[in-house]
Amino acid sequence: MSGAWRIRIFFLAAAGFACLYFLAVRNLPPWGHYRGPYGDVMATSSVFQRHTTDVVNAIDYDYRGFDTLGEEFILFTSVLGVMLLLRDPEKNKGISRTGNMGQATRFGAAGSYAALLVFGLYMTTHGQLTPGGGFQGGVILATASMLIYIAEDFRVFKRITSHPIVEALDALGAAGYAAIGLSAFLFSAPFLTNWMPLGKTGDVFSSGTIAAISACVGLEVTAAFLMLGYTYLEEIVSETGEGG
Amino acid sequence: MSQIAHIFPFLVAGWVFLCGLYGIATSRHLVHTVISLAVVQTSTYVLLLNIGFRTGGAAPVFADISPGITTVDPIVQALMLTDVVVEATVMALLLAMVVKAYEKAGTLSPDDLRLMRG
Repeated sequence: MSGAWRIRIFFLAAAGFACLYFLAVRNLPPWGHYRGPYGDVMATSSVFQRHTTDVVNAIDYDYRGFDTLGEEFILFTSVLGVMLLLRDPEKNKGISRTGNMGQATRFGAAGSYAALLVFGLYMTTHGQLTPGGGFQGGVILATASMLIYIAEDFRVFKRITSHPIVEALDALGAAGYAAIGLSAFLFSAPFLTNWMPLGKTGDVFSSGTIAAISACVGLEVTAAFLMLGYTYLEEIVSETGEGG
Repeated sequence: MSQIAHIFPFLVAGWVFLCGLYGIATSRHLVHTVISLAVVQTSTYVLLLNIGFRTGGAAPVFADISPGITTVDPIVQALMLTDVVVEATVMALLLAMVVKAYEKAGTLSPDDLRLMRG
């Protein structure tokens, strides 16, 4: 099929979609006039039911926890797929240290790394109180580690991130989520029931399983993004043949 | 006309969706195809967050406001939250496939990919 015909067919389909889409959204509640009721029910009840001040995380890790478990495993298998496709143990064996950053860069990177590490841990552990949680904290923790690559070189980054422990942590995070869900069976409760003590609203150790699941997700996301970063850096390094 | 103004943000979501789809349909580079897919996915964020928006609504975080204050819909925000991170890893998987396709076929143009033989 030639390019011109492909574009003609696309515009035909796009016009059809545009008409149907317009008809579909025409009678939605006007923008800015959300009518609920589910969001309102969640917003008013989760503080009292789950002792969580961040409703979004209460939904993610508790009310809708089963769904998030599924998303969690999409993340897990995607990273697994990347590793299967790209990882090659023979690659980059002979890379020697080439680049050497100046003292100022290394000093700055070390300082930022410490600050970002604390920030990432704060985000992961305070998800039940303020915006944050495992997904966001995990991404911060993992990308902060890229500073190691900037300050040192690929070999040091590889030594830290291609460690079997990182892979084990990834699996542990995913399994931990499922295990917390299964642990409710011990009390003859349904899967993912929030059985842990709920604590005092506004405390770091509150909200029961929400905080625990958030920590598991944080662990998994951190490990997953570290492995992704390592695998892709390895691709780039092996292409350009430089070590740092 | 005022009716259009009320649904304009929803139409923006449809527009972003079609932009991404146009990118996929006319793509001449596999990385461009993957990024276009990301644009398509972004349109769902625009649509869902617009549906949950409420004029004057507070963020659904009750750390510093008292329960009972009107907020925007927390459910669509929860849907977005997980998807943003998951999307990033799915993109990584697609790009890994692109890398492999380039290694096997020596080209990144979808039109020149002739790996399958019928």
